[in-house]
Amino acid sequence: MSSEVSEREQKVLNIIETARAKRQKFRDTQITMAHGAGGKATQGLIEGLLVPAFANDTLEAMADAGTISLLGGQVAMTTDSFVVNPIVFPGGTIGDLAVNGTVNDLAMAGSRPLALTLSLILEEGLPADTLKHQVAAIAAAAQSAGVPIVAGDTKVVPRGMCDEMYICTTGLGLIDDRATLSPAALRPGDKILVSGRIGDHGTAIMLARGEFELDSDIESDTQSLWPMVDTLLGGVGPSLRCLRDATRGGVASVLNELARASRVAMIIHESAVPVHPSVAGACEILGIDPMHVANEGRLVAIVAPEAADSALAALRSVPGGEEAAEIGECKTEPEGMVLMATAFGGKRVMDQLVGDPLPRIC
Amino acid sequence: MKHVDEFRDPALGRVLAGEILGLVEAGRHYKFMEVCGGHTHSIYKYGIDDLLPANVELVHGPGCPVCVIPMGRVDDAIALAHEDNVIFTCFGDMLRVPGSEGSLLDAKAEGADIRMVYSPLDALRIAKSNPERDVIFMAIGFETTAPSTALTLRRAKSEGVKNFFCMCNHVTIVPPLRALLDSPDLRLDGFIGPGHVSTVVGVRPFEFIPREYGKPIAVAGFEPLDVLHAIHMILTQLKEGRCEVENQYARVVPYEGNPRALEVMAEVFELRPHFEWRGMGFISQSGLKLSKAYADLDAELRYAVPGVRVADPKACQCGEVLKGVIKPWECKVFGSGCTPERPIGTCMVSSEGACAAYYNYGRFAREREVV
Repeated sequence: MSSEVSEREQKVLNIIETARAKRQKFRDTQITMAHGAGGKATQGLIEGLLVPAFANDTLEAMADAGTISLLGGQVAMTTDSFVVNPIVFPGGTIGDLAVNGTVNDLAMAGSRPLALTLSLILEEGLPADTLKHQVAAIAAAAQSAGVPIVAGDTKVVPRGMCDEMYICTTGLGLIDDRATLSPAALRPGDKILVSGRIGDHGTAIMLARGEFELDSDIESDTQSLWPMVDTLLGGVGPSLRCLRDATRGGVASVLNELARASRVAMIIHESAVPVHPSVAGACEILGIDPMHVANEGRLVAIVAPEAADSALAALRSVPGGEEAAEIGECKTEPEGMVLMATAFGGKRVMDQLVGDPLPRIC
Repeated sequence: MKHVDEFRDPALGRVLAGEILGLVEAGRHYKFMEVCGGHTHSIYKYGIDDLLPANVELVHGPGCPVCVIPMGRVDDAIALAHEDNVIFTCFGDMLRVPGSEGSLLDAKAEGADIRMVYSPLDALRIAKSNPERDVIFMAIGFETTAPSTALTLRRAKSEGVKNFFCMCNHVTIVPPLRALLDSPDLRLDGFIGPGHVSTVVGVRPFEFIPREYGKPIAVAGFEPLDVLHAIHMILTQLKEGRCEVENQYARVVPYEGNPRALEVMAEVFELRPHFEWRGMGFISQSGLKLSKAYADLDAELRYAVPGVRVADPKACQCGEVLKGVIKPWECKVFGSGCTPERPIGTCMVSSEGACAAYYNYGRFAREREVV
């Protein structure tokens, strides 16, 4: 505000920030689409219902994958369901997402993917060719990620009870010795990197639904991020604080979660964030912030300041990471908040997504 | 994005900001109202306030289409959505506005067939592909969106679509502005005029503001340079002792507006004797309903709606926020009882609402310099 922040306004703001920093409660009377959007409602469901119900230290860490000690080693385990609509879109299919999504959750824990399980829920009447096409996509994605599918399950539900097909994959990975990652490890001064331009996946899905009569060349960014993580760990291993793949809720959700978990502030420089002009244009028309749009092959890396340049070089050396960029840094104040220095020269808050502008994105 | 990025040029912004600094008198406090929610959104989204001198204060006005919808109308919408055989369509923001017992989003989860659309034409398309169902479009907005609703209704009528209906909540901008200017609560030095509305109605309808109330106004576009430029124009008027309507947005806004849009609106709509505004009460001749020629497409005639006036929740101060009497953070429930994820009032729902804009974008202590 140009006018000075009065004491009273400051007091109100402090109360709000204290409330925000607390663990969210789940107080809703029914599930709405917003609970699946990866924004604040999802957070309330996870923090307010699921984590307390299954209370254990591994889950409490709220990482993309849980870590367990096994026979003297550390393994990571994760699971993910895919309900994307349509099941085929520019740059990928539901099968690609099902493999890459789970592989990426493992990779974000600093773990090399070892094996996947695959669970299919199919709608009565689904053409066999559609299924064959998806099975081929799953096989190809798994081969490309170098991870075998070692078990599976198939269920069929009556027509209308699901939309074509849903997929659930569970993954097991071996945590790399070079990784010391934690959402709570961020320190003031740390640099914030993204592995490429953001918002491509969500925009591709949105346009593929054909509801907007907009044409573009945007393709989903779905890819396995393990090669990128492998290279990063090799380049700057101990200086890497935390990794997140920016799926539902986009980069903004990831940054807010990390800022809260580490009790740091973040400042993001809008002009440094790589966004494809078509994505920027579509988001502009639809009134959506690209920072809230889902990605399926982009990671956010927080690194110690002295390692930022090497980390950026490492990211850029891997296929798919050519457009990696440093977009901001961690600060001390205001704690738990993410601020955006706008390209125009002002400053604003960048909060998590509220509501669900884009259901069934993955 | 060509033709947009030019109006977001930070270097030009700094030049304008410097000139604005030269126009303000030390010791004088300037209070300008941006009428339109689109401006409120831009101001917070780009951090435009950061470029203004400390004694230029921007006050948020009533021009947010979702914000002005009273609770009783949300209840009416939910009642329509629950009718058998109805597909209810509306804009996304409307889904989360609380009625007296839940929102449209809740009604959807309870089984009502409610679909989000980006334009009335999408709703008409849904009607055509579901001929056995009644499709209702909840129309909201000022003169900006009214022409597209009108054109859609005209098309539905001419194509003989029998299952498309409109729940009309369109409102007009001048009556609430007059109500604001007549209110003793608010002392303003000038207005940033609504650019999108003016593309339709033109600049002439705002002439009463300088003439009858002695306040300068600059109709403005929505990019950050537009807003700064409009502030520059108003300050220049004040400095030179002028008081008139100026058109900053001349690249889009013709003085006489868009005659074809006004024509189709006149064909499809007629003024309601009065319409209730959230927190502002009934304002006469401020709302539109379907004209007699289009009565067959009026959802409120096709179905009985409760039409009950519901008092706003006691704690909610949306009315004062919409009138610019209080700042969002001054509301008793701002950020505590009322948040974007669990809103009490409309201003916290729409991206154009002052409370949502302040909460989502503006809420941090600028005093505490980021270290």
